[in-house]
Amino acid sequence: MIELSNVSKTFTLHNQGSAVIEVISDVSFAVASGECVALTGASGAGKSTLMRMIYGNYLTQAGEIRIGDLDIVQAEPRDVIKLRRDVLGYVSQFLRVVPRVPTLDVVAEPLRAVGVSVEDAEARAKALLGQLNIPERLWSLSPTTFSGGEQQRVNIARGFARAYPAMLLDEPTASLDAANREVVLSLIEDAKARGSAIIGIFHDEAARARVCDREIDVSHFTPGMAA
Amino acid sequence: MTPLLSVQNITKRYGAHIGCADVSFDLYPGEVMGIVGESGSGKSTLLNCMAGHLTPDAGQVVFDTRTDGPRDTITMSEPERRMLSRTDWAFVHQHARDGLRMGVSAGGNVGERLMAVGERHYGDIRDKATDWLGRVEIDAARVDDRPTTFSGGMQQRLQIARNLVTGPRLVFMDEPTGGLDVSVQARLLDLLRGLVRDMGLSAIIVTHDLAVVRLLADRLMVMKSGCVVEAGLTDQVLDDPQHAYSQLLVSSVLQV
Repeated sequence: MIELSNVSKTFTLHNQGSAVIEVISDVSFAVASGECVALTGASGAGKSTLMRMIYGNYLTQAGEIRIGDLDIVQAEPRDVIKLRRDVLGYVSQFLRVVPRVPTLDVVAEPLRAVGVSVEDAEARAKALLGQLNIPERLWSLSPTTFSGGEQQRVNIARGFARAYPAMLLDEPTASLDAANREVVLSLIEDAKARGSAIIGIFHDEAARARVCDREIDVSHFTPGMAA
Repeated sequence: MTPLLSVQNITKRYGAHIGCADVSFDLYPGEVMGIVGESGSGKSTLLNCMAGHLTPDAGQVVFDTRTDGPRDTITMSEPERRMLSRTDWAFVHQHARDGLRMGVSAGGNVGERLMAVGERHYGDIRDKATDWLGRVEIDAARVDDRPTTFSGGMQQRLQIARNLVTGPRLVFMDEPTGGLDVSVQARLLDLLRGLVRDMGLSAIIVTHDLAVVRLLADRLMVMKSGCVVEAGLTDQVLDDPQHAYSQLLVSSVLQV
């Protein structure tokens, strides 16, 4: 489902003496449907960078990243937009929302965007928020005022609202208590059982061991950090 | 799929000075494109060239019309272009006063666009106007008040209602949230996003607020000195800018 071939990335900092920083070089791997792969490596090894390259918000200088039939490295913006709407889900570490939009609408939005009716989208959003232990009295409020853990759970609910064929998870269990961590892990297991191809970053080793089938150590591909 | 709007090599000069140079892009139905850049970078010149307010010195602006398919709006006749700007196009000015008739009631402002496309039944026009005031969160009791009695944020929302009442397919916006306080901005952003999603609008938004484009735009163009220096997905341009000027722009934003 997700296939990387000979992928490399450099940052060029034009305003800081045109410094060129090589961050990833020559990564190749593939993730099949129903498989969950963990990216590992020390902080700064480029785990998040690699994940953003797959999502397409970081440009890739060389190689090919195929998700389904689309090579995201060469794709037109509108194809990437379509891919993100229909195929590729992403749970980032931070929730970014329009201020004053109720939590329920934030979670239902990915469903509304593909034409699901208001009632069905809200029913799914309510089920997820309930499952993730967000108290019902908060659903009509904007998540901007929520605690860190609550925001993280709203973000996860939004990410799992649709059954995407491919998903990227950036530390989905960070800052969660044991009960909620369990809920998130079971959501990931459900997504795998449905056939989603998942790439995740987990600092929580027990979580990683439970849901991930393989690990890829990104530091092998980091120039200057190779062990 | 046919692009809704296809802009090719638009160039506008003010004497020896370049307004915008050689700008080309395609906009597809349902897409929102942001144009950012410093003051004087040619954003508004480009927007006005596309919307038919300025005549470019070179280039084409091809719009996929409902009846005749793709047509170059620059070479089409003035009445045709005017009809387009009353029906399929909408233009939201930065200053609501430029887009409203200040001496006419709020309902009259919304109703005028309906009358321009042939509606004559006063009751229907008033009902539609009242409905649209509700959609932009203006109290129906204010339908007979003049915009001069409205706050800046209300005027801006009235301008949006006036523009969208005829169900346009393409909306040009020039700094739609500029000059409004942040709480009003947030409400307007939410409103615009809902309208874009529910009506399937395409929009081109000129702004210098990067937070606004991140929330509203699918795609982003960065302009400097009249030229497009970078274009791409909004989050790609903001998270991994490639051009020196885009990097400077993104890194200059103050964190709140």
